[in-house]
Amino acid sequence: MPAFTLNGEAVEAPDGTTLLHALRGALGLSGPRFGCGEEQCGACMVLLDGKPSCACTLPVEAAAGRRVTTVEGLGSADAPHPLQTAFLDEQAGQCGFCLSGILVSAAALLAADPSPDAAAIRAALEPHLCRCGSHNRIIRAVQRAADTMRSAA
Amino acid sequence: MSVVPLRAAELPGSLKANPRLDRWLRFHAEGAVTITPGKVELGQGILTALAQIAADELDLAFARIRVQPAATPDSPNEGVTSGSLSVQDCGLALRHACAEARAIHLSVAAQRSGVSLESLRVEDGEFLGPDGPVGSYWSQADDALLACDATPGDRAKPPAQRRLAGTPAPRLDLPDKLYGAPRFIQDLRLPGMLHARVVRPPARHARLLGIKDGALPGDATLFRDGCFLAALAAEEHQAEAAAVRLTARAEWAEEDSLPDEAALPEWLRAAPGEHAIVAEQGAPAATAERTVTARFCRPFVAHASIGTCCALARWQDDTLEVWTHSQGVYNLRADLAKALGLGEEAIIVRHAEGAGCYGHNGADDVALDAALAARAAPGRWVRLLWTRAEELGWAPFSSAMLVEVEAGLDADNEIAFWRQEVLSHGHSSRPGRNPKPALLAVEYRAERSAIPAAVNPPLATGGGAQRNAVPAYRTPSLKVGLKRVTDMPLRASALRGLGAPVNVLAIESVMDELASLAGEDPLDFRLRHLDDPRARAVLERAAAMSGWRARAPREGEGFGIGYARYKNAGAYCAVIAHIAAEEVVRCRRLWIAGDVGEVINPDGVANQYEGCAIHGVSMALKEEVRFDRRRVTSDSWERYAILRFSEVPEVAVELIARPELPPLGAGEAALGPTVAAIANAIHAALGVRVRRMPFTPEHIAAAES
Repeated sequence: MPAFTLNGEAVEAPDGTTLLHALRGALGLSGPRFGCGEEQCGACMVLLDGKPSCACTLPVEAAAGRRVTTVEGLGSADAPHPLQTAFLDEQAGQCGFCLSGILVSAAALLAADPSPDAAAIRAALEPHLCRCGSHNRIIRAVQRAADTMRSAA
Repeated sequence: MSVVPLRAAELPGSLKANPRLDRWLRFHAEGAVTITPGKVELGQGILTALAQIAADELDLAFARIRVQPAATPDSPNEGVTSGSLSVQDCGLALRHACAEARAIHLSVAAQRSGVSLESLRVEDGEFLGPDGPVGSYWSQADDALLACDATPGDRAKPPAQRRLAGTPAPRLDLPDKLYGAPRFIQDLRLPGMLHARVVRPPARHARLLGIKDGALPGDATLFRDGCFLAALAAEEHQAEAAAVRLTARAEWAEEDSLPDEAALPEWLRAAPGEHAIVAEQGAPAATAERTVTARFCRPFVAHASIGTCCALARWQDDTLEVWTHSQGVYNLRADLAKALGLGEEAIIVRHAEGAGCYGHNGADDVALDAALAARAAPGRWVRLLWTRAEELGWAPFSSAMLVEVEAGLDADNEIAFWRQEVLSHGHSSRPGRNPKPALLAVEYRAERSAIPAAVNPPLATGGGAQRNAVPAYRTPSLKVGLKRVTDMPLRASALRGLGAPVNVLAIESVMDELASLAGEDPLDFRLRHLDDPRARAVLERAAAMSGWRARAPREGEGFGIGYARYKNAGAYCAVIAHIAAEEVVRCRRLWIAGDVGEVINPDGVANQYEGCAIHGVSMALKEEVRFDRRRVTSDSWERYAILRFSEVPEVAVELIARPELPPLGAGEAALGPTVAAIANAIHAALGVRVRRMPFTPEHIAAAES
């Protein structure tokens, strides 16, 4: 049973399945989503030791001993991450299905690059599909969060 | 202006068919009100807008409004959430119902307290007289005051008194989605739930010959009903793995049933169908000095939602409960009843949000899939999820279309005649409207029936393939014809805009060509032919936003205009597109001007205009369902490409707010104008008239030669 850190907590997951199934199944999360199972849409994106990784094809064993972060680990209604606050302020979403994956990729981007320009944000989010057309709001929300995080630093 | 006044004796919108007030709202003694619309949240923000309307009419803080998703036991039957009709049909019904509920409660409070009705006002649910509070919705919540029908009467607040309608109230559902809280139907976890996956045939209409023996992983089992196969297991990954093994072991007899994807226009012409004249006015023009003849076509396109369709079903004795993200819970119930041989009263259907819904997708189909699979485990919930291949390969598509236009100018450069012919499948094979069920599994299970061929709603209610086929522009002679292809090898149904995207592409392209023949700027040529001041206003606004009149594009770049009033009775939209012709066409910017009459939530409306326009860019430049003679081959994101972050244009949206006018739905108005603006911009950049969607390098090169 692979053991890893999930959003700061030590967990164990059943083996023989993908990380996405383990997260949504035994570990009870809803943030990482099933969109395609083929690493082509980004709905399942999580951070593995801080790096964006598609959970849908990753064997859960590959997470053993590592840090997994999902959108639930970024923040909550009581203690939101600046990205979550920024997405609310910009109303950056329509159906919202793509957002949990986009948020973790954006968090990784901001951790590596505190002042990304629009082109850098587009590049970081290129693995993510959004069908509702919220792209520009999402880009503005990431810029807004970056501004907030820089002035708080 | 075309405003249809409400007759004094009429109830607005869906109240006509559902007049009982307590079917729309109920107060709770603890200080809240639940509204129960029959329209559903598709990601378009409708539930937030409805809460704003209710809060205004009831004089309540926004936070006191709870919105209950549609469910057959509780909600009014509002048909389908489609056609950009929710804010009209549901919003106006709810506005009236809430205004009447307020009046009833105040009248009772006045009676009971002896304080005159005229001296009462409502503040956040409290009824205040000259000497203080005399009651509240909460103290009267359990008195069944709304157990009566709505009555006609104009009690709603005048526009100047609205506090929340017209403001960008934040989306009620967005926080859950940003924090990863379980919110979507795909997140529902019910006790003892089993997981299921369908084993699809390798070809349309294939017949199952047999399944080779073999073990299934874990506790997975097979459910079979004729050619309908599903794998069930307690663990989702085992249901998935079982479906993969069963797919490999199943043997099917396949046949060619699909047309040649390279010859769709020819196929649409030759296939059997019904012909009708959609609109005809004036004398057929004898001759015109200068004419334009053009043919436009588009392949089948897909919904391509980011999530995959999902439903949960449970049988208990002879009753069935279903969770669905269908656009119409009552229509789904009707077709489930037909398909399963049950009375409708034996079925409960409840809505939970799915991923983005852009029309009649697989949500209804997957509900029957789940109900069938759930027969393998009576008494237990079964959750059935489609794969990405099913989502892109088996859901209904929007029909391929061919639109032929012939139009001419007279000596004064006025349009002398306009003839338009539309060839297409019907644009609705929605459930609930035909004596036979229109759900995918009925074509594969043992008790087999065919899904009826798609039909078109009449033009008076917006039309299907013929939607927006009547140009907005003044012409003394008009003839619009429609051929509905009745042979339907690939299932076609409603997708955002229905026939409008291709019809508006055709009309707006021909308008540009006529303008060119007239030696006139395309904007001026349009303005000259439009009588509706709201139409002219959105065009002028888009022109001002974009600097149209001073445009000076670089080499290989161009600006183009697209305009339409959705359904000729809905929301107005003018789009100006700036494109660059590189190795592929890139849409760099869009300027969009919109008019929806009264704006309930300006942020929500702008979001819908922009999102719909981006859908239009994707459809214009990239989208095409691919198939061979047996199967859809574009069943992965690799093969059905949609617009990505690197390709999305900058977008500016401005709304012309008209709070005195009825609100119009915003979700579909921008698609046709955006596709058209891009086509016209391509001509400005390259001198080529593109008429075949998607506007890929191949299709542009073919248009050049």
